[in-house]
Amino acid sequence: MAYLITRRDGLKLTAASAATLALVEEARAQQIPTQPAEPPRLPIESGASLRVIRPARFVEPDETFFRANAEKFSRQFNVPVRVDFVGWEDIRPQTAVLANTGTGPDVVIGWSDDPHIYADRLLDMSDVAEYLGKKYGGWQFLAEKYGKRHGTNNWIGIPLGGSTGPIVYRISAVKEAGFDKIPDSHEDFLRLCQRLKEIGKPAGFALGNAVGDGNGTANWLTWSHNSFLTDEQGRVAINQPATIQALEYLQKLYPTFVPGTLSWLDPTNNRAYAAQECWLTPNGVSLYFALKNDPNTRHIAEDSDHANMPRGLAPDAPQTATIINAMVFRSARFPNAAKAFIQFMMEAEQYNPWLTACLGYWSHPLKAYDNSAVWDSDPKIAVYRRGLDYRYWSGYKGPITAATGTAASEYVLVQMYASVAGGQATPQQAVAEAERRARRIFR
Amino acid sequence: MDATTSAIVWTKQRPQPSWLVRLFDWKPFLIFACMLPAIGLLMVFLTYPLGLGIWLAFTDATIGRDGKWIGLENFIWLAEDPIFWSSVFYSVFYTAVATVGKFGLGLWLALLLNNHIPFKSLLRAIVLLPWIVPTVLSAIAFWWIYDAQFSVISWFVVDVLGLRDRYFDFLGSAWPARWSLIAANIWRGIPFVAITLLAGLQTISPSLYEAALLDGSTGWQRFRYITFPLLLPILAIVMTFSIIFTFTDFQLVYAITRGGPVNSTHLMATLAFQRGIPGGQLAEGAAIAVAMIPFLVFATLFSYFALARRKWQQGESND
Repeated sequence: MAYLITRRDGLKLTAASAATLALVEEARAQQIPTQPAEPPRLPIESGASLRVIRPARFVEPDETFFRANAEKFSRQFNVPVRVDFVGWEDIRPQTAVLANTGTGPDVVIGWSDDPHIYADRLLDMSDVAEYLGKKYGGWQFLAEKYGKRHGTNNWIGIPLGGSTGPIVYRISAVKEAGFDKIPDSHEDFLRLCQRLKEIGKPAGFALGNAVGDGNGTANWLTWSHNSFLTDEQGRVAINQPATIQALEYLQKLYPTFVPGTLSWLDPTNNRAYAAQECWLTPNGVSLYFALKNDPNTRHIAEDSDHANMPRGLAPDAPQTATIINAMVFRSARFPNAAKAFIQFMMEAEQYNPWLTACLGYWSHPLKAYDNSAVWDSDPKIAVYRRGLDYRYWSGYKGPITAATGTAASEYVLVQMYASVAGGQATPQQAVAEAERRARRIFR
Repeated sequence: MDATTSAIVWTKQRPQPSWLVRLFDWKPFLIFACMLPAIGLLMVFLTYPLGLGIWLAFTDATIGRDGKWIGLENFIWLAEDPIFWSSVFYSVFYTAVATVGKFGLGLWLALLLNNHIPFKSLLRAIVLLPWIVPTVLSAIAFWWIYDAQFSVISWFVVDVLGLRDRYFDFLGSAWPARWSLIAANIWRGIPFVAITLLAGLQTISPSLYEAALLDGSTGWQRFRYITFPLLLPILAIVMTFSIIFTFTDFQLVYAITRGGPVNSTHLMATLAFQRGIPGGQLAEGAAIAVAMIPFLVFATLFSYFALARRKWQQGESND
């Protein structure tokens, strides 16, 4: 997917739909409120050129507008920029090679935890982050959490956006079950799911080895019972009564799910929801748009809405976001150009059209973009507007480290819940096993 | 005139060739030199990765951090890890059952295809299809077949025949998931076995069957005393390959279940990948991969010595 941007290339907006384009025009014209701020001095090295890698697109405009912005940068600063869109699972190995050998892309836009794995080898981004924060009304909670090195005020990554998985539900089914919105208490939510099962319109939460959806389910159960994987110092703390309560709650909740959730991978709930086999499930906004853009399923989209995950006992919505986090290694040949590129991409003239074109797939990290046209384009995506304002992060309450990422991709918590839901283990056994595995990962 | 006709002076001996020419005329060196490219390729693409893998297994490397030597620590951890042992069990079980299934059905298919039937070549080509299709594609097809909501099998049994009132939950619990994956692997492996055995069958001289027919043999006797013994050497080779392919299978399991539900379908290969790359525990993944080596060596030796040690294969007569 390599694509070299030269000054001669024009804007290529072939397949972005007319409606999206109109919306983007609105965003372009729009004024994002800013505060006066002095941009950092970043004299661009002579002869600089940049190679950027980032995860493959969600929707086509994500790529088209990102490339268009990069091209704008290369025109304005006379710096050739090459952007490679890399498969989601390939970003990490490529970053590891870069970290070990010092050669490779100049700007890496990786996943949430990635800058924290290489904290010692990254360029300090505080000047850019503080400037952007000052200009655009400050950073949202998760942006600061994932951008700053743990326990310091030093920024090692610049979050570009995040994707969240709140609940998608069928309005009619929830009404039929006797509720007018998604209840916040555990008991009411359980009753809702039981009623949905009775009327033959069951809910479904992924409990298979699904990186996104499975961990979403597990985190919600854990955090909504005020439990946590690690304490503030990063010591494993999963073996606590609150976790047992979460597991016991799942024992009551699981039978209300549509059959087969134990084998669900990431795309499964999308399919089941689109086929009207499942009427309530946590997911990103992609599902809604897929339904809305297909004439055969538009009626499902019209009957769908989004809501935060039920709070349960937690003080805030118990969910987090997957963030794309930009970083520059110290080995970069043109550090100033790399930082200037990231800063340029976050400025309203570039960022707002891109954010808008992504239709809510990415939530913004800078508060000023709350006013972006995209969030008023469809009242049903309102919940994604504050997608990076959740108070929980991967490995909560401990520091973000390589281990927190490992615990998620090893499905430690997902499998703890799945083994209890499937009846292979008692809650006590499952917690002990999760603790054993987590101790190894967090040693 | 004189100059052109002057006699050529013949020396008695040919001049001593230069040391370089002599070196290349020296057979041991020439052999060594000709083998160098092959050795280089093997070292770079085989020995080095294998050696690196084994080295990693004794370190604590993670993605993004070079490891330090920690001796057997990874293996000690794995020895106490129930997930690892369940993957060892399932790898062996998966290989054993799938191999038996593939060979039973594959041999049967080969015998059928060896008969004179109309459209013989076309049929043989069709039989190869499952083998030709990329594994990931067939895995995705099986993923749909086993889907909890959209399985064609469930649809046929429940909605068409009305034999059950609930859809099958193929992948939702341990044993159904294990058997489902084995069925998919057998389906995929049959063509390889069938076609190679068919090739073997065609090397058996028809005169042997004619002689046996004259002696009044039954069909079973002809199979037992002619086909089977003459097929055995090929069977041994195919079996070795098949066991290695099955034991190191990755794509089917990873695409259909990712090792779930709750790790019950992890093969050693998928667990090694899971721990090593997405999990970032490079060293632990390498240790699991290294733990596969003894199994593979044993399987290879077993099929070689148990099935293929016939004297005539070493050029002597069979007694």
